[in-house]
Amino acid sequence: MEGLLPKLPLADWIDSFVDWLTVTFAFLFDGITVSLEGVVEGLFAVLEIIPSYILLILIGLLAWKLSSKGIALFAVIGLFLIDNLGYWEAMLETLSLVLTAVIITVVIGIPMGIWASQKTVVKQILTPILDFMQTMPAFVYLIPAIFFFSIGVVPGVVSSVIFAVPPTIRLTILGIQQVPTDIIEATEAFGSTTRQRLLKVQLPLAMPTIMAGINQSIMLSLSMVVIASMVGAPGLGADVYRAVTQIQIGRGFEAGLAIVVMAIILDRITQNVGIRKQGGN
Amino acid sequence: MNEGNVKITVKNVTKIFGKNTKKALQLLKEGKSKGEILEKTGATIGINQASFDVYNGEIFVIMGLSGSGKSTLVRTLNRLIDPTIGEILIDGNDITKMKKDALIQVRRKKISMVFQNFALLPHKTILENTEYGLEIQGIDKEKRKQQALNSLKLVGLEGYEHQYPKQLSGGMQQRVGLARALASDTDILLMDEAFSALDPLIRKDMQDELIDLQASMEKTIVFITHDLDEALRIGDRIALMKDGEIVQIGTPEEILMNPSNQYVERFVEDVDLSKVLTASHVMKRAETVQIDKGPRVALQMMKELGISSIYAVDKKKKLLGAVTAADARKAAEAGQSLQDILDRDVQKVSSDTLLFDLFDSVSTASIPVAVVDENDKLLGILVRGAVIGALAGNNEVINVLEKAKTEVAADQSEKEGSN
Repeated sequence: MEGLLPKLPLADWIDSFVDWLTVTFAFLFDGITVSLEGVVEGLFAVLEIIPSYILLILIGLLAWKLSSKGIALFAVIGLFLIDNLGYWEAMLETLSLVLTAVIITVVIGIPMGIWASQKTVVKQILTPILDFMQTMPAFVYLIPAIFFFSIGVVPGVVSSVIFAVPPTIRLTILGIQQVPTDIIEATEAFGSTTRQRLLKVQLPLAMPTIMAGINQSIMLSLSMVVIASMVGAPGLGADVYRAVTQIQIGRGFEAGLAIVVMAIILDRITQNVGIRKQGGN
Repeated sequence: MNEGNVKITVKNVTKIFGKNTKKALQLLKEGKSKGEILEKTGATIGINQASFDVYNGEIFVIMGLSGSGKSTLVRTLNRLIDPTIGEILIDGNDITKMKKDALIQVRRKKISMVFQNFALLPHKTILENTEYGLEIQGIDKEKRKQQALNSLKLVGLEGYEHQYPKQLSGGMQQRVGLARALASDTDILLMDEAFSALDPLIRKDMQDELIDLQASMEKTIVFITHDLDEALRIGDRIALMKDGEIVQIGTPEEILMNPSNQYVERFVEDVDLSKVLTASHVMKRAETVQIDKGPRVALQMMKELGISSIYAVDKKKKLLGAVTAADARKAAEAGQSLQDILDRDVQKVSSDTLLFDLFDSVSTASIPVAVVDENDKLLGILVRGAVIGALAGNNEVINVLEKAKTEVAADQSEKEGSN
C-alpha cells in the first residue's frame, strides 16, 4: 500500500488550517474568551457569596420541589460531606463551569434541533457532524482549543460544549418528530401556521424528551471536568488530575466522590423538570 | 338538486404515492390497473380519478374497506394531502391552486375536521382544546371562551372544561373532537372514521347525536367510515370506494337495492335489513271507510275485500280507529253508527320506524298495524307477511323504492325552497 500512494499530509493540512484560523479569527476567539470567562467567573462569584449552609439548604429545597424527599435528603448530606472534606470552593468552580457549558448547549442545541426537525437537509448534514463530535476523543479538540482560547477555564467550557451538545440536538429533533401524526394533522387542519404549530403544539409536547436531552448534556459536561482541568480549568477536576499525577489515592478518591455526588444531584433534579402534568400521568 | 346547491366539487382527483408519479399518471390514463402500475413504476395509486359533488347541508358518506383510499380522499379536501392532479372546488374556489395563506384561511373559516383517534392536544385542557381553532385565528380570549363553551354544551360536555383529555373516556374525548370542530363554526365538517374507535353502544349514541345536531345546524358533512351500518344510518348519500376508485354513489336505498356491481353486492349482502328498511318500505295500501258512512257500508266493503276489520278515517284521511266485521254486523242490527262501535285504541307507528322496532307491535297486533304521519293521517298498513318477506330479502314486497326516491326528491326541493 505504501508504495502505491504517498502518505496524505493530513496532519500538516490541519496544522496550517488551525494556524490560519488562530490568526484570522483572533478577534473572535478573544471576544469569546473574554465573555465566557466573564460568565463563569460571574456565576462563581454569585455562588461564592452565598454561605455554604444556605446554598446547601436551597439546593435541598429545589431537589425536594422537583424530585423527592429522599433526593433532597441525599443532596443535603452529600453537599455537607463535600463542604466537610474541604472541596466546597472547587465544587462551586466546577458547578459554574458546568452551568455555563449547559447554558451554551441549550442556547445552541435547541434552535439547531428545531431547525433540523423542520428541514430534512439540515438533519442530514447535522447527523454526521454530531457523530463526529461525540466519537472524536475529547483530547484531540482540546489541543486546538488551547490555541484559540489559551489556557484556563474557557477551552474547558468550549470542549465541554462540543462534547455535550449532541444529545440536546438529537433529542430535540426526536421529541419534535415523535409528536403523533394525527395531532400534527389536527393542528394543520384548523389552519395553524408553521410557527403556531411549533410553539403551541410540537415544542410543548416534545418538552419531556428535550429535557431528557439537556439532562444527558449536563451529565456529559460533568464527565468532561477532569479532561478540562488538563488545560487549566479549575475545580474538582483539577483536584482529581493533581491526585493522579502525584499518585495520591486518598485525595483522588475524595475529589472523585465529590464529582459523583454532584452528578447524582444534578441528574435527579433535572430529570423531572420536563415532565409536566398531563391529566392522568 | 341544482348547481347552486353544490358545496364541494371533486373533479378527477388522483393521488399517486411514490417517486415516478408522471409515468404512473400516464399509465393510469392508458387504463392500466393499480397492480400493473405498481409493478412498472413502483408508484401506488391512492385515489384513482375520483369525481363527485357534495351538496349543501347533506351528510355525504365515503365508505370503503381499509386501503380503499377513503382517508386519503378526505384529506385532499382540506389538502392535508395534496392531490397529484385534479380540482377540488369549495364554494366554487379551487383549493388545489391556492397559496399557503389562502389555504390557511380556508382551513380556519370553511372546513374543520374530526379525527379517528381524536387527536386532542394532551397538554391542553378540554376548554383549551376546544378553543384551539379560534386561538390560532387570534380571536380575543373572552369571545373564544364563550364560543368554545357553547360548542361543549352542544355535545353535552358542560362541566368538563378544566379536565385534561386523558381523564375522559374515548366517547367523551371524541365529543371534544367534535366540539373543537364545531367551535370554528365552519360550513363543512370532515369526519374521518370519527366513531370507529368507540365501542358499539357509544358509537350508536354518537351517530344519533350527530343526526340530531345536524338537524339544527345544517352543516355539510363528509363522513368516512368502513362500517356499512353506520353509512346507512347517517348518510344522505353514500359513495363506495374500492382500490382508490369510487364504485357507486347513491342514497342508502339505491345502494342496497341496486348494487351497481358484484363488489357492492357483496358488501351489502350481510346488511341487517331490519335496521335499514322502515315501515314506509313495506306498508300496503290501507282500505278505509269514511266515519260518516253507516255500518252496513263498512260491512259490505269488508266482505268485498275479504278482510275482517277496516280502519275508519275522516275526510282528511285522519285515522280515527278500527271497526271489526262482527261489531259492524251487531251495529247494523241495533241501528248504531260507526262512531259507537269504533275501537279507538289501535296500534300506530310512524312511517320512518325501522322494521327492527316493528317486530313487537306487528307480532302482537290482532289487526294490521296502521302507519301514520305526524298528523295521524293514515298512510298504509303493515301486513305480517310483507314484513317477513322484506326481511327475507324478497324485493317484490319492498315495492316502495321508487316512492322512497320521490320522497327524498321532495325533501330536497323543500330544503332548496327554504334556502
